[in-house]
Amino acid sequence: MSPDKFLIMRHELLLTAVVLVVLIAEVFSHPDKKGKIITLSVICFGIITALGFLPSAEGEIFGGMYVSSGSRLMMKNILNIGVMLVFLQSVDWLRKAENSDKISEYFILLISTLIGMNFMISSGHFLMFYIGLELATIPIAALAAFDKYRNNSAEAGIKLILISALSSGILLYGLSMIYGTLGTFYFKEIAVSFSNSNLQILGFIYFFTGMAFKISIVPFHLWTADVYEGAPINITAYLSVISKGAAVFIFIIVLFTVFPVIIATWQKAIYLTSILTMTIGNLFAIRQQNLKRFLAFSSISQAGYILLGFIGGNQLGMASVIYYILVYIFSNLGAFGVVLAISNASGKENIDDYNGLYHTNPKLSLIMMLALFSLAGIPPVAGYFGKFFLFTAAAEKGFYPLVIIAVLNTIISLYYYLLIVKAMFLLKNESPIEKFKSSMYTRFALGLCVAGIVVTGFASALFEFIRNLSFGI
Amino acid sequence: MITGVPVQYFLILATLMFFAGVYGFLTRRNLITMLMATELILNSVNINFMAFNRYLYPQKMEGMFFSLFVIAVAASEAAVAIAIIINIYRRFATINVEDVNQMKF
Repeated sequence: MSPDKFLIMRHELLLTAVVLVVLIAEVFSHPDKKGKIITLSVICFGIITALGFLPSAEGEIFGGMYVSSGSRLMMKNILNIGVMLVFLQSVDWLRKAENSDKISEYFILLISTLIGMNFMISSGHFLMFYIGLELATIPIAALAAFDKYRNNSAEAGIKLILISALSSGILLYGLSMIYGTLGTFYFKEIAVSFSNSNLQILGFIYFFTGMAFKISIVPFHLWTADVYEGAPINITAYLSVISKGAAVFIFIIVLFTVFPVIIATWQKAIYLTSILTMTIGNLFAIRQQNLKRFLAFSSISQAGYILLGFIGGNQLGMASVIYYILVYIFSNLGAFGVVLAISNASGKENIDDYNGLYHTNPKLSLIMMLALFSLAGIPPVAGYFGKFFLFTAAAEKGFYPLVIIAVLNTIISLYYYLLIVKAMFLLKNESPIEKFKSSMYTRFALGLCVAGIVVTGFASALFEFIRNLSFGI
Repeated sequence: MITGVPVQYFLILATLMFFAGVYGFLTRRNLITMLMATELILNSVNINFMAFNRYLYPQKMEGMFFSLFVIAVAASEAAVAIAIIINIYRRFATINVEDVNQMKF
């Protein structure tokens, strides 16, 4: 294998280089000037995000264990954009005195998980898939327990690591059954010789369950709310957007390329779990008071909508899933960015505290409103088009009852998203959150989110581009 | 080909271990024991991989390699989990999950 073939895995190599740069900077920087590592990491990562868009060769290396194709590169670029936004938003938080000695750990662990996700998305073999999956989950547990002196953070960390260990075990048990019947781990070979025997179906069910834990589909969602509430806010944002997005991407790739033979089986499973996920996520979101917990349940119900893109097994479905994740990154990170900025400035995280926010911080409330409208799917913003394509993809294959239930759920979700808008704009408050000004980084990140929410909806060339890259069964 | 122990015995052992692990994870209240239960699940998977590899596909070593990687990953998982458990013990002065439940519906 000639050395330039390694350039196929350019994304991963560049990210590894950033990890090394941050490590070296940590070793050689003066203890009083650790703050400069933030700027260095953010700039390095920005360059990498830009480099990711350069045209890249497609192909396979390591005997087909690592596969690179147009759609997978697109997914990696989308994740890069999301991580860039998370980094920009977390600068204020990292500059606090309590985090001053953990700055480089934050960047190293977060970029390590991103490397894992990239390997996972590019896998053509279940061994690569498994290693990427674990590299993407183990550091994130350490990050969830990042606030060493807060009880909730430690609780979130242990819940995340134990649940991810259990779900990986269940997933592997399913893989071992599929291996037992076919004797191979290569995606292509499994797809060719899959014979629909009972043991294979059983193995697939275990595999599905393991992945359902990772995407937090009902009934495997109960860890989500606790972990999201306990973890630091930017880690919650990362978990709800990037981790979930990467798991969705690889799940759709595996379903479409490895298990196309048993599409009738997994359609039933997805049909049921999708309805449950949307409905239960929505119903629990209504009664939440803590905004992080609220956004956790909202992200559970969003996963239910995303499953609508899976069910048809068609090209439009895959395109709409990738597009929806892109939109979801902008809208959810917009919402989390506002929550993070307010929490940094005032330490308040409850919905009641947001009463009358518009009178003190009009810009933040407008951004929050736009993000919530996008999550709910109100027409002019991108979230509407994302949902529209997802529903079209399911309707194209004739799943009309499912689409109707999804539309009804959208109406329910509108109710609780508007509760927050009402709190911000209409309700009075004697002691509202003080007027404050966040740093340049946060404002830049929020501006990017707003631009993303508005522009991705109207740029139809973007959806066409994604659609040409994606594939059906 | 190995004579004497048929492959089914290994599979039965692995299945029993897997469900013992799941049962232990759901019923035990000590965090370290829960971690041990997940290790039991991963070890049952290893037995499955190796039995299938040795009996059904002895010409290739894929199952063996996979279980090597599973062992390594399980070790790193345990390292992170125990670090968090130590932190929990410092915060809560207990490692009983019933007491580590500040967040609820």
